[in-house]
Amino acid sequence: MTAHALPVVQVTNLRAYYSTHQFGVQREVRAVDDVSLQVMHDEIYGLAGESSCGKSTLIKTIAGAIRPPLTVQGGSVEFDFGGRRLDLYKASPDDIAAIRWRHLSYVMQGSMGVLNPVRRVHQSFVDFASRHIAKPKAQFLDIVHTHLERLHLKPDVLRAYPHELSGGMRQRVAIALATVCRPELIIADEPTTALDVIVQRGVLDMIRDVQRELKTSLIFVTHDMAVHAHLCHRLGVMYAGRLIEEARTVDIFREPHHPYTSHLIASLPRIGQTAALQALAGAPPSLADPPSGCRFHPRCPQAMAVCSQRVPPLLTVAAGHRVACFAVTPPDAA
Amino acid sequence: MWTVLRDLLRHNREFAAGVCLLGIVGLVAALSALSPYSPLDSFVVPPDMPPAWPHVLGTTSRGQDVFWLLTYAIRNTLLFGFVVALISRLLSLLIGLVSGYAGGLVDRALMSLNDTFIVIPLFPILVLFYFVMRDRMSWASLALVMACLGWAYDARLIRSVAMSLRTREFTETGIFSGMSMRQILTQEHLPFVLPIVFSTTMNNINWSIGLEVTLSVLGFTDINTPTIGSMIYWANQHTAMVAGIWWWVAFPVALVVMTFVGLFLLAISMNEFIDPRSRLGRGMQ
Amino acid sequence: MTVPLLQVQNVVRHYAMGGLFGRGHRAVDDVTFEVGSGRPEILAIIGESGSGKTTMARLILGTVAPSAGSIRFKGVDTATLRGRRARLDFMRQVQPIFQNPFEAFNPLKRLDRYLFMTARHFAGATDAAAEQAHAERALRQVGLSLAEARGRFPHELSGGQLQRVAIARALIASPSLLVADEPVSMVDASLRTSIVSLFRTLRDELGVSIIYITHDLATAYTISDRVVIMRRGQVVEAGDARSVLDHPQHPYSIELKSAVLAPEVACDPVARPQISTHTE
Repeated sequence: MTAHALPVVQVTNLRAYYSTHQFGVQREVRAVDDVSLQVMHDEIYGLAGESSCGKSTLIKTIAGAIRPPLTVQGGSVEFDFGGRRLDLYKASPDDIAAIRWRHLSYVMQGSMGVLNPVRRVHQSFVDFASRHIAKPKAQFLDIVHTHLERLHLKPDVLRAYPHELSGGMRQRVAIALATVCRPELIIADEPTTALDVIVQRGVLDMIRDVQRELKTSLIFVTHDMAVHAHLCHRLGVMYAGRLIEEARTVDIFREPHHPYTSHLIASLPRIGQTAALQALAGAPPSLADPPSGCRFHPRCPQAMAVCSQRVPPLLTVAAGHRVACFAVTPPDAA
Repeated sequence: MWTVLRDLLRHNREFAAGVCLLGIVGLVAALSALSPYSPLDSFVVPPDMPPAWPHVLGTTSRGQDVFWLLTYAIRNTLLFGFVVALISRLLSLLIGLVSGYAGGLVDRALMSLNDTFIVIPLFPILVLFYFVMRDRMSWASLALVMACLGWAYDARLIRSVAMSLRTREFTETGIFSGMSMRQILTQEHLPFVLPIVFSTTMNNINWSIGLEVTLSVLGFTDINTPTIGSMIYWANQHTAMVAGIWWWVAFPVALVVMTFVGLFLLAISMNEFIDPRSRLGRGMQ
Repeated sequence: MTVPLLQVQNVVRHYAMGGLFGRGHRAVDDVTFEVGSGRPEILAIIGESGSGKTTMARLILGTVAPSAGSIRFKGVDTATLRGRRARLDFMRQVQPIFQNPFEAFNPLKRLDRYLFMTARHFAGATDAAAEQAHAERALRQVGLSLAEARGRFPHELSGGQLQRVAIARALIASPSLLVADEPVSMVDASLRTSIVSLFRTLRDELGVSIIYITHDLATAYTISDRVVIMRRGQVVEAGDARSVLDHPQHPYSIELKSAVLAPEVACDPVARPQISTHTE
């Protein structure tokens, strides 16, 4: 798609755990356990998975929003913004502040948290972006106006307070805020989950238009597979803190290899379908005490003896398609 | 329960310090049972003697051993504080929970009552009470009056918690499981309210002891019963500070400060522990 | 002619807002429908936020009273139910399932307590053994066992398991009507299917009618017999589930259906039908 060879973000063997030590009870929740992935330029990468699969923690780790008790135990997160490289966990706070919002921005669920509830919307723009768009205020606001118009948002939304806007409108404003500096990477954590179906469709279309125009890369986290199907170019599926399958969206839906992914896709209800759907027994494991070996083996219909003993590595089985499953890539004899 | 206390002692410095301080204070209060002198007697020992063995904290101008007098004083003061706190907690829980849960007219009526009590200026009322009751005043009646004046702030606090709990879905589940209002308040809502009650209890004890000391120092209580406040009252009557009998004032003050600090430390450390969210964070597995 | 299980007639729920001269706001505006005339059925109430569907649930359960209109359960107007005995009688027959399984139970208390209490109050259990028998039977009906739920706190179970426990608790009372307010929207996708299928089993094997409130058209399509589509407090379309959802007539229903994302990758990810973005 572009000439850039280096990925925008490269995550290597990342491990991030929550370690709590309260009143003599020590708990270690292995939220992200040895995850490696990369996102290329001008690409929408989706992260799918259910609750407590670790995707939100992975996103926080990539965004650098780490605070104890969440700590990075190993691995690295490296960015490349058009030649400007940065290793997130080795960089100085100044470097990180310089890239934040200018090269890396985020859109979160429930954007009430992003927009200051006691200030008007334009103030949030000033707070976030004026450091990077170092222009006098009048010119800055002009830039913001143009940006909003390009996104089909009425400029008088700037004068409103966040609570005066509807949920969908707030989310659109949050997207405008995240893109005003034209960053190379946007991280979106369940931005449409709390929205109504019709509103969600509008916001998703807006995200797609923005991405196409700015050629930003986007990491889009949601548990809703239908959203992934409509938006993302590539998809990574997480289960219990590990990445278990990754491929182009089209390939994942057409030919899922991992038993969990197949089940996930098969169990999605569709209008027009009345047949009873297959249910999967059990529940996602607790990350404080995960099963040994492959974490899916207690619920897997194709589990073998080796699955409880060794962790299946994430291997490439087809062009751009990686799977971590012994049923797909039989373990070596040795 | 004991493992919980042991964990707290081991890991929480504030709790350990609070327990230490209160332990010392409690020990002193308990020692009153062993006192060789009755606290109401005077001139049983040589007066105005500085701290030295056998009178380890000195003696007063009225010929009383400071240490043994202090044991009675702190015992009475603590007792008073606990009783006031207990009665006022019960009142604020009852009114707060019912008001928050029932809503509507009941809530409005109770809160009007509540606000009336908040507005009442405490000190003038207590002084007035003393002047009206004079010789008929007893510690029990004073405790009752203070309890009646001390519930109002916390009732509102508890009411706001009760109101938010009312809208939570598990209250509905409780209702649809057949629970009556009384059952819901005591079984479902009380565990959430208790942390607040606990920390306000500590504050309340501090407040009531402080008020008692103030009143006694000024002579507005029965100053013949030994309490921390009355000790200081008598010390002032005998101009102890001017006369150089510093131990008469210093030791009661030190002990009551120790009580305050101990209770405060206990309140803040137990609060973190009892808080439902941190309890869940520790996990029950 | 058999009396329908539930009759909602011209129900209005008005909330006063804006002080003395404010106009206020109608969360539910002149809604009429019936459930269960003749045989148990699953009625889906579909709507977005602000459609009044949650208020409708509360009205049916009796948590709030209608400002106008009437709600009749088995022919009896629910507004006339006064006193604890009448309320308990009603609750024995109509039970709720809430959206957030983690909120449905007190996080500081054990789960089995609710099961035993429901058995005691509504199933006539007189001692611990009877309570446990009722709880065990209800849990088995939802695919769990008492051994799994006994002594547990809510945070020890997953959302799907908790929701099943909630359903089991409701079943102990042997209700004729379950009011489920978005019961699977906070449950993981892989666990959603089994719970939704469970509703179908409840209707077929236990004869329980279910009001299934949701914003998800796909699950509504799968299990419901009839649907009611609500918007801004009013019913815009109602009827047999398959016909309404296959061929919606009202413009809002059409828009709703076309906004739903099918979990399939379109051949050309770029093309998409034109959606009006003005409705919010």
